[in-house]
Amino acid sequence: MTVKGIIMSWVRKDLLGLEYLSKEEIELILSTADSFKEVSTREIKKVPALRGKTVVNLFYEPSTRTRVSFEVAAKRLSADVINIASETSSVKKGETLIDTGKNIQALKADIIVMRHNYSGAAVVLARNIDLSVINAGDGWHEHPTQALLDIFTLKEKLGRIPGLHVTIVGDIAHSRVARSNIWGLTKLGAKVTVCAPAMLIPPGIEELGVKVSHDLGEALKQADAVNVLRMQFERDEEEAFPKQLEYFQNFGITAERLKKAKKGIIVMHPGPINRGIEMSSEVADGANSVILEQVTNGIAVRMAVLFLVAQAREENAA
Amino acid sequence: MREKAKILDQEAINRALTRIAHEIMEKNRSTKELCLIGIRNRGAFLAKRLANAIEKIDNAPAAVGILDITLYRDDLTLIAAKPLVRKTEIDFDISDKNVVLVDDVLYTGRTIRAALDALIDFGRPKSIQLAVLVDRGHRELPIRADFVGKNIPTAKNETVEVRLEETDGLDEVAIVEKS
Amino acid sequence: MRLLIKNGRVVDPANNIDAALDILVADGKIVKVAKDIKANGAQIIDAADKIIIPGLVDMHVHLREPGREDKETVESGTAAALKGGVTTLLAMPNTTPAIDSEENIALLKKIIGKSAQANVLICGAISKGRLGKELSGIAELKKAGALAISDDGSSVDNDDLLLDAFKQAKEAGLLVICHSEDKALSGKGVVNRGLIATRMGLRGISHESEYLRVERDIKLAKKTGVKIHIAHVSCKESVILIAAAKKQGVKVTAEAAPHHFSFTEEAVLGFDTNFKMNPPLRSKADREALRQALKDGTIDCIASDHAPHTENEKDIEFDRAEFGVIGLETELSAAITELVETKLLDWPRLVEKMAVNPARILGIDQGSLATGKDADIVIIDPKQERLVEKQKLISRSKNCAFLGMKLRGVVEYTIYKGEVHPWNS
Repeated sequence: MTVKGIIMSWVRKDLLGLEYLSKEEIELILSTADSFKEVSTREIKKVPALRGKTVVNLFYEPSTRTRVSFEVAAKRLSADVINIASETSSVKKGETLIDTGKNIQALKADIIVMRHNYSGAAVVLARNIDLSVINAGDGWHEHPTQALLDIFTLKEKLGRIPGLHVTIVGDIAHSRVARSNIWGLTKLGAKVTVCAPAMLIPPGIEELGVKVSHDLGEALKQADAVNVLRMQFERDEEEAFPKQLEYFQNFGITAERLKKAKKGIIVMHPGPINRGIEMSSEVADGANSVILEQVTNGIAVRMAVLFLVAQAREENAA
Repeated sequence: MREKAKILDQEAINRALTRIAHEIMEKNRSTKELCLIGIRNRGAFLAKRLANAIEKIDNAPAAVGILDITLYRDDLTLIAAKPLVRKTEIDFDISDKNVVLVDDVLYTGRTIRAALDALIDFGRPKSIQLAVLVDRGHRELPIRADFVGKNIPTAKNETVEVRLEETDGLDEVAIVEKS
Repeated sequence: MRLLIKNGRVVDPANNIDAALDILVADGKIVKVAKDIKANGAQIIDAADKIIIPGLVDMHVHLREPGREDKETVESGTAAALKGGVTTLLAMPNTTPAIDSEENIALLKKIIGKSAQANVLICGAISKGRLGKELSGIAELKKAGALAISDDGSSVDNDDLLLDAFKQAKEAGLLVICHSEDKALSGKGVVNRGLIATRMGLRGISHESEYLRVERDIKLAKKTGVKIHIAHVSCKESVILIAAAKKQGVKVTAEAAPHHFSFTEEAVLGFDTNFKMNPPLRSKADREALRQALKDGTIDCIASDHAPHTENEKDIEFDRAEFGVIGLETELSAAITELVETKLLDWPRLVEKMAVNPARILGIDQGSLATGKDADIVIIDPKQERLVEKQKLISRSKNCAFLGMKLRGVVEYTIYKGEVHPWNS
């Protein structure tokens, strides 16, 4: 069944990654989010759609902004929200991920929103429990709601996705945000360039249909938008990593660089920003930045996702 | 699905709406504190038509809004096709207004219940009234319409289909029997 | 008690036999192989439409005992082996304690004597504790009964130490089995390096980490003249190096594991840890290279690299899960399905890969159905298909890559030293 070319049925119990979704499913989430955006502008910012449902935020990695965004989204849908924060070290000692999931299932919760430091953790959990699992970021793998809110913001600002040139700058190799954005944007017909020092470009990435560039000036020339990734210099890895200052000189987004870019280029960042490393303060607070709008849109997108998976799960049970 | 009878044609629908417009004005006197809020999908178009009819009577436009009640439904799992959540568009304050809710068919009353819940979240209207094109009976909640285009007694295995030019390409109301 | 196997097709490449013959067994030995044998009072197995081959020799098995009896024991592992048609296996030394001394061999031998259901041969450790720091007493291991040495699970990083080990092994007449992996290159990798790893957000294991070590191991083997065997070859470059070395007369042999010639890295995409092994599943081109190498003889044999792990160690996040899968119960069916059914190997070649060649490499008297040999015989229904199901596996661990798949070729009977184990009930 379609309305104006949009499919009406969401059948998945989980949202694990944009790699697994069709173009139509992504469009359905975006159009649903569009409807939800209005709820947050009301005086009473709440609808009863998930009344009586329990959403568990299961966070194995500290993350204030994603967790809060999901919590606000769930509450605006009238769901009850429980937050469980677990440091990896205690998990290593304690019960397995699947055991934790089954315990939450036994509490008769409905949706688990999980952040995990290992790639694929959400996939493993979803396979082993009946609850809906929403991936709030797993290792370097995917962060689907972040990419959805990025794309939602792009569409809102630029009116379309097909044909847009989007440049993603930063640590592509270790970024779940980059991966989810690449899947989502290419499926919707945008042209994606990833830009980073060679050591931060993962092998085979071109085969996902993106252009690889090591020259920021070049990569910004065509871009309608630039999505700037957070750099984690504190990363404790055996892999090579650039020096902070050197990175900013070559890949930091500055007003100078934006002047040479396409007029009206949009600057996005998943936050939290390292000012003076990924971009200058001037850019972060400037006219091209839509960073705070991303935060607002994140709520609508997460409301849409929570609503859709809850509905699909009820449908399956009925 | 078998179509049993045509109940209203375009002319009859127009007449019914004109009559309802007059009744609304009789009851509310002026468009100053009046607003019409249509329930998606067809109620929204009926609300616009009613507003046009009222403007002809009073020469002043009434505010028109659109309400999507998907998020307030109590039967999400019961309906076969999952409804698409669409936008609610009420870009005015409904507090202290006389709100006329508009829908195409009044049946169990559950849609109206959901709409009332939704409206209350937008503010505190002075009153809420209900206008429907067709009342087919079989109420499951203590809800009645203030303005009715036509009462059509139906059996439970029948449905009333309201077709509008905006959505279906023509104006008519028919009774359809479920097979 | 005499046993007569009638009407089957006997595939015994060690003796150049592929014909409809009967086999008579008495006192655990093969007594006669001929047409229409009559034997009054003998137990008879009608093997019409069945294929009869020598018991398989699997030269790469982790039995986990002593130390990790929760994963597998000599008893459970050898029972699983028999079910898969494996009557002789080489037990890898990465147990706790490692099999790095005369005493530890004695300890393992005691366990084997008490509980082994099949023929278990012992592989000693190259270095003490398999730490790659100090050599174990290689001559002493040989004397105590080790058939080969290996630090499997690790490679000896220090070239000088390995050179020393090769010299001593050469002197002792011991085979060295090389786990060729440079951990400085493979690091924390968990899947093949490339697009799939990138898509999954997982660290990759490069081809270089394997073949550069294969290259070094071959170089040192050439220098010393020792016999080496490259374990679990996974990539094309290694195949090329081994082929070249063989041409030059280096005494090198090699094995491939069923998962490597059956699957590609794409199997990993669902984060199923039953596809996590070391070396990892590689690309289509690598799998094709392994298949061709099995066909042309560059790779001499098939070995399961049977690596049992508990659910607690497997059914977790991909990064944290242990490497390795079990294979004893499925290797023959997997090889029939992937190699024989696809016409890559005919039956005699398959038997060479799974019985004759590993026996030759280890220098043992198995892999033959000649008169006077141990009656280690497998009777296969080559047409029957069977679903691999968790609850039907008898290994103590269930981490099998073939779960949920249908494999062709079912072991109906395994006869070990004349004792009949029927599996089709």
